[in-house]
Amino acid sequence: MTREALLNTAIMALLAAVPIIAHFTGNPFTITLATKVAILAMAAVGLNIVLGLGGLVSFGHAVFFGIGGYSMGILAHHAQLFIPIMEAPFLIDGTKSMPIIWLVAVITSALVALVIGALAIRTSGVYFIMITLAFGQMFYYFAISWPAYGGEDGLPIYVRNSFPGLNTLDPIQFFAITYVALGAALFLSARLARSRFGLALGATRQNAERVETVGVDAYRLRLVAFVISGAITGFAGALFADLNRFVAPTMFSWQMSGEFIVFIILGGIGRLFGPVVGAGLFILLEHFLGGVSDYWLIYVGAILLAVVLFARGGLIGALAGREVAHD
Amino acid sequence: MTDPILRTKGLTKSFGALKACNDVSLDLFPGEIHALIGPNGAGKSTLIKQIAGNMAPDSGEVWFDGSDVTHLDTVGRARRGLGRTFQISSLAMEYTVLQNVVLGALGRDGGVMRFFKPVMKDKRLLEEAHAALDRVGLTEQAATRTADLSHGQRRQLEVAVALTLKPKAFLMDEPMAGLGVEGSRNLTGFLDTLRHEAPILLVEHDMDAVFALADRISVLVYGEIIATGTGDEIRANRDVRTAYLGEEDVA
Ligand SMILES: Nc1ncnc2c1ncn2[C@@H]1O[C@H](COP(=O)(O)OP(=O)(O)O)[C@@H](O)[C@H]1O
Ligand SMILES: [Mg+2]
Repeated sequence: MTREALLNTAIMALLAAVPIIAHFTGNPFTITLATKVAILAMAAVGLNIVLGLGGLVSFGHAVFFGIGGYSMGILAHHAQLFIPIMEAPFLIDGTKSMPIIWLVAVITSALVALVIGALAIRTSGVYFIMITLAFGQMFYYFAISWPAYGGEDGLPIYVRNSFPGLNTLDPIQFFAITYVALGAALFLSARLARSRFGLALGATRQNAERVETVGVDAYRLRLVAFVISGAITGFAGALFADLNRFVAPTMFSWQMSGEFIVFIILGGIGRLFGPVVGAGLFILLEHFLGGVSDYWLIYVGAILLAVVLFARGGLIGALAGREVAHD
Repeated sequence: MTDPILRTKGLTKSFGALKACNDVSLDLFPGEIHALIGPNGAGKSTLIKQIAGNMAPDSGEVWFDGSDVTHLDTVGRARRGLGRTFQISSLAMEYTVLQNVVLGALGRDGGVMRFFKPVMKDKRLLEEAHAALDRVGLTEQAATRTADLSHGQRRQLEVAVALTLKPKAFLMDEPMAGLGVEGSRNLTGFLDTLRHEAPILLVEHDMDAVFALADRISVLVYGEIIATGTGDEIRANRDVRTAYLGEEDVA
């Protein structure tokens, strides 16, 4: 086992241990915090595929997070009011079933990522950042001005959605769901990074000309990466909505997109567990410093600056050393 | 004579007032090395870019393997079998040497939309990659990070990646640049055998290599081909001597 693999195992164990201990010591709030870490980490694991591996700085990944959130919100809203989503040309009912909600969230965010990606990936550098940001703002203002699902006030869901065989209202059981989802996202992105696709995508980050000279279309690689990435972040969005039992336009906000990027930079760009460590640190800081001062984000900013200046590989890089080229 | 594998017809490209490429027509036949020489700034790289598809000509056509590829992009031309090396090494610098050649083998194979199996355990791709490294003499460097290679080794790696593509024609922009005497001699020997696999359009400054290798030589000056012929013909050509060779005292 490499040092990084060892570190990753420790991180995964820690993320499981904290809520389990909290469960037995009767501290549901800590379980909620750990759940939040798992979900936000998963969102950033999605982003890390395009940002870390593909080198595309998407400043609009909140779009997919929000799409996932509203997929849950809309389906559950109709289910709790017993009003079908539509009756013609065929009947579509709402649902409180997590697996169905996830499926809808993943498919919808993948489709939206396909459209946004098809346009945005024609640009690069700062233009790519700006165009993804612009899409994010579009969705944000659309959500605010769409009264059917709460508009600016958001949409409350009264009872957490269900998962066969589990009691999702029990914090530790819901945590387990998010933990497994995060694990699956990590597993998939680890496999992807080492696959044929991953080798080629990583090469586009370093030198797109090289990739095209060997006859591989860099645009297609990036677009597919963007779709996979958006789908994972969308899945996380559906879980986040279920954690809060509430969806609001802020899920689409540029601050949300910015947070995902911050997680990745804190943890280590392109490192498999970078988003997990980054999200963990961010939530810890928010929790402890947020109580001390309203200006806690200034401290996050200072840490971010230090990481960018002194620890290019983020926390994972500082602890596990430079990335080893995969075998 | 058989048909040429590669042919340009009246390629013209201007940058503002500068005609970097003026009505250039040349061809490359199976089995030959066709060298393109000319002073710095003559437009050799500009020509290579138009043939490879990195740059669209203002007018003119590029024909490859029997069809007009003028409107195909780099990817399309590479897939049809054009193997190109760059004047300034263009590699994935963070990857190992082996990863770079595996990328080439992957491009040749085409199945890039596979997401699950580890590519660096793909027996067939690895075999092709190692074979290419072996041929250019980089076997020992397989696990080295490309950024840590010497300049000359990067040039070798460029050639190795082009080999993995098993192209129908090679397009090489100054492959000897910066190789040193020994390196140039080795590469010259290697290219000499390579022509039997696929013909080479070779841009090169190293005149010893050019005259040793080329079946035909074209001389490009100010974007125009002023002469094409065998080594002896070019050496004897007065225009060439005044415009180019005279300056370098080769003749
Ligand atoms: N993209 C470009 N824009 C403007 N001028 C260019 C560009 N590329 C090349 N040139 C000019 O065209 C001429 C030919 O350049 P190049 O093809 O690189 O020459 P060579 O490879 O023969 O040394 C030079 O004068 C160069 O400055
Ligand atoms: Mg040149």
